[in-house]
Amino acid sequence: MSDNGYLVGSNLEKALRAGYFVATGELGPPQSADRHEIEHKAQFLKGIVESVNITDNQTAVVRMSSISVAVMLMELGIEPNIQMTCRDRNRIAIQSDLLGAHALGCRNLLCLTGDHQTFGNHPNSKNVHDLDSISLLQVCRDMRDKKVFECGDAIKGQEPRFLLGAAANPFADPFEFRPYRLGKKARAGADFIQTQLIFNVPKFRDYMRRVVDLGFHEETYILAGVGPIKSLGAAKYMATKVPGMEVDPEYITRMQSCTKDLPSLGEIKAMDDPAEAKAARNARKEAAEAEGIKICVEIIDACKEIEGVAGVHIMAIEWEEAVDEIVKTCQLGPKYDPARQPA
Amino acid sequence: MIVAEQKPLEEIKSMIADARKVLVLGCGTCVTVCFAGGEKEVSILASQLRMATRLDGQEKEIRELTVQRQCEYEYNELAADHVRDADMVISLACGIGVQTMNEQYPEKLTVPGLNTSGLSQPTEQGVWEERCQACGNCVLHLTGGLCPVARCAKSLLNGPCGGSQRGICEVYAERETPCVWDQIYHRLKDLGQLDKLLEIEPAKNWHTSRDGGQRKIVREDLRL
Ligand code: SF4
Ligand code: SF4
Repeated sequence: MSDNGYLVGSNLEKALRAGYFVATGELGPPQSADRHEIEHKAQFLKGIVESVNITDNQTAVVRMSSISVAVMLMELGIEPNIQMTCRDRNRIAIQSDLLGAHALGCRNLLCLTGDHQTFGNHPNSKNVHDLDSISLLQVCRDMRDKKVFECGDAIKGQEPRFLLGAAANPFADPFEFRPYRLGKKARAGADFIQTQLIFNVPKFRDYMRRVVDLGFHEETYILAGVGPIKSLGAAKYMATKVPGMEVDPEYITRMQSCTKDLPSLGEIKAMDDPAEAKAARNARKEAAEAEGIKICVEIIDACKEIEGVAGVHIMAIEWEEAVDEIVKTCQLGPKYDPARQPA
Repeated sequence: MIVAEQKPLEEIKSMIADARKVLVLGCGTCVTVCFAGGEKEVSILASQLRMATRLDGQEKEIRELTVQRQCEYEYNELAADHVRDADMVISLACGIGVQTMNEQYPEKLTVPGLNTSGLSQPTEQGVWEERCQACGNCVLHLTGGLCPVARCAKSLLNGPCGGSQRGICEVYAERETPCVWDQIYHRLKDLGQLDKLLEIEPAKNWHTSRDGGQRKIVREDLRL
């Protein structure tokens, strides 16, 4: 153990241990070597969430590496939560990268299996899967707590220390096994869990009831995955195209009806005045975005009432601007949680 | 068994472009059973090549023969005369047969007419599904007899990923390929062995797989 009984002493760990209902954010690195894009997105997350996940080539699309973006975020004053998948690296590369990540100052790590490469832009690549998310957790925990590499060799010198996270999908099948899988991840070393996006609160509640009955919420901090829906199209896409995702039809209806009093897309097309058409299009966009944020806030408020939920992980990829309004309305995080303001 | 599929005709034609006399050599074992490289497929490919090369104005002499097992010298000896007469051999055996021929008849090049694609089970007429990747460290006793190494798209060893839905693997959702971890779950449940799924399976030893280098089994008790 390091300072004051903390495992790593990151903001995230401190906020979780203090018992605040925490909020973490997420940032998707660019598909280029452009640092400005990161700086642009980072400004919307700074100071309002505990830490920011940086995806590791999410959906198997080549992007700037998670650890390098983490370093840039730290320079900007944001605590990163690096992600590591088993798809692209074997145990040698993973351990090597993690030694470096610790030395660079990273302290939070999410351990994932990784999306299959057929989903991404290099479907002809070879995948690795030397480890899976659970054996990866074990390896990382043993490096931290036992100071050994996977092979059993002792780490002579500073061991890499991370607060270890894992993902959980409450909506995937077999549904009855999912709480046990979460427990298995906790036992393998997950200090916290971030779930898949929740758009079906009753089903998540059922899942959490099982998790609590089994006592797993006492072994790991569970953050509910949430995110604002930007448009009706996005809602439909998530409902039908994203594997392992469930969207309550009510949300699709709401995303549809929130623009029903505005000119339809057909009517906008028929408008003669381009300025008028643009304004009408904007009005539709704003109405949809406002509804998307409202739904997200409602889901967060519902999650606050579910036993065993320690916070939320807000995924607003390519819509980082929305996060501030969400945490402000829900009164979360270092900036807006009333419990955390100096008297 | 080992299963394979025939390469596209154009690819085969380009491989034999420089040869005039070609032997199409089949194998009477696995690839016969999976209808890829037995006597019948040899004869079809041979006629296709005869016709195609005639149309191209560069007619080749195509001979055909099928040996019982192309991965063993003993059976390939029967092909010696045919090989001597030919400029090149197209093998319709699996990759092992092709290599055996190249080793046994180094003066002639044997090219592959098939793409060898797995250790599979014929699950219905005309369908072969991969079942094993010969990882050299079998775990079927832990998984209710279903192989996650070969059948899970991510070779996971600790249960289903977050993309498993309705029993279908996320990776091949359109092809409706079952999620083997969903199948393992139900099988272990039926066997009353779900506790096995709670055990954490640590990092697998892949040294026994191809990752440890080319594998070789030597049985001293059987050697002459
Ligand atoms: S565990 Fe290995 S040896 Fe056993 S069936 Fe699977 S790939 Fe084959
Ligand atoms: S859905 Fe099932 S078979 Fe497909 S990758 Fe996930 S666990 Fe493996």
